[in-house]
Amino acid sequence: MKRDELLGRVLGPDAPELTCEQCFDELDRYVELVVAGEPADARIPGMRAHLEGCPACAEDFRSLRDLVSG
Amino acid sequence: MATAAMPMPTQKPDQDDAVTARPWLDELRSDGARGQAAVADLHRLLLKAARFEVERRAAQLPHLRGGDLEDLAQQAADDALLALLRKLDDFRGESRFTTWAYKFALLEAAVKVRRRAWQGREVPLEDEAWANLAGSGSAGRGAEDAELLAALREEIEGSLTPRQREVLVAVALNAVPIDVLAERLGSTRGALYKTLHDARRKLRAALAARGFEIGDGEEKR
Repeated sequence: MKRDELLGRVLGPDAPELTCEQCFDELDRYVELVVAGEPADARIPGMRAHLEGCPACAEDFRSLRDLVSG
Repeated sequence: MATAAMPMPTQKPDQDDAVTARPWLDELRSDGARGQAAVADLHRLLLKAARFEVERRAAQLPHLRGGDLEDLAQQAADDALLALLRKLDDFRGESRFTTWAYKFALLEAAVKVRRRAWQGREVPLEDEAWANLAGSGSAGRGAEDAELLAALREEIEGSLTPRQREVLVAVALNAVPIDVLAERLGSTRGALYKTLHDARRKLRAALAARGFEIGDGEEKR
């Protein structure tokens, strides 16, 4: 594991973030904003930081994005 | 609803207007045949999403055959349907109903695959985590890295509660999926992530107090 990757994994994002439950609640809206090219991170603050910090939620995001992006 | 030895189809669920614009809420809340038909159609939709997810992750399960993977997808669709129907009143209409529904199937499928992939495996010990830490230094920054990583290890050992240390070491250092750890510890993803989050805040504060200035994965002392 590279040093910066390891620091990122251990220390997590340096920004306020959603919880896993909030992430799941907002995931469908966030994905549709991303797919539509809308400013998803501005519309749903804390989502990007959570996806950087939570590998499981990040996988869920990528799967839903890929599923609905045609 | 599990069946054996069915081939895993590769296509994504339908994205056409007839599916996405259907009045799902009205139909699912209907009594009688209309409601039952909507539930059956919704299950088919969830099954396609679950198959999509299981197929994406099939490489994590090289020991499973096609029929086993199909069973996983069926179980995920069954569980997703129950979870979704319990939360039907939470749908706010801020996305398409189908996008909202798919996330239930993807979550259930992903969790089942991760847990199956770790079935019978031990969660790695702390010693392996320290080896990861020691091996993470990059060329040309040896002394700085050694100092930072030594401080980090000290703070992990000294500043965190045993529970925080257990979760952080497993998830962040040893890459144990958080759903797998939650199952082993009788907890939930959300509860463990809160523990991980608190541990990370504590480590950041401790390193800052020792003079390390750390941004997102980049130390600036």
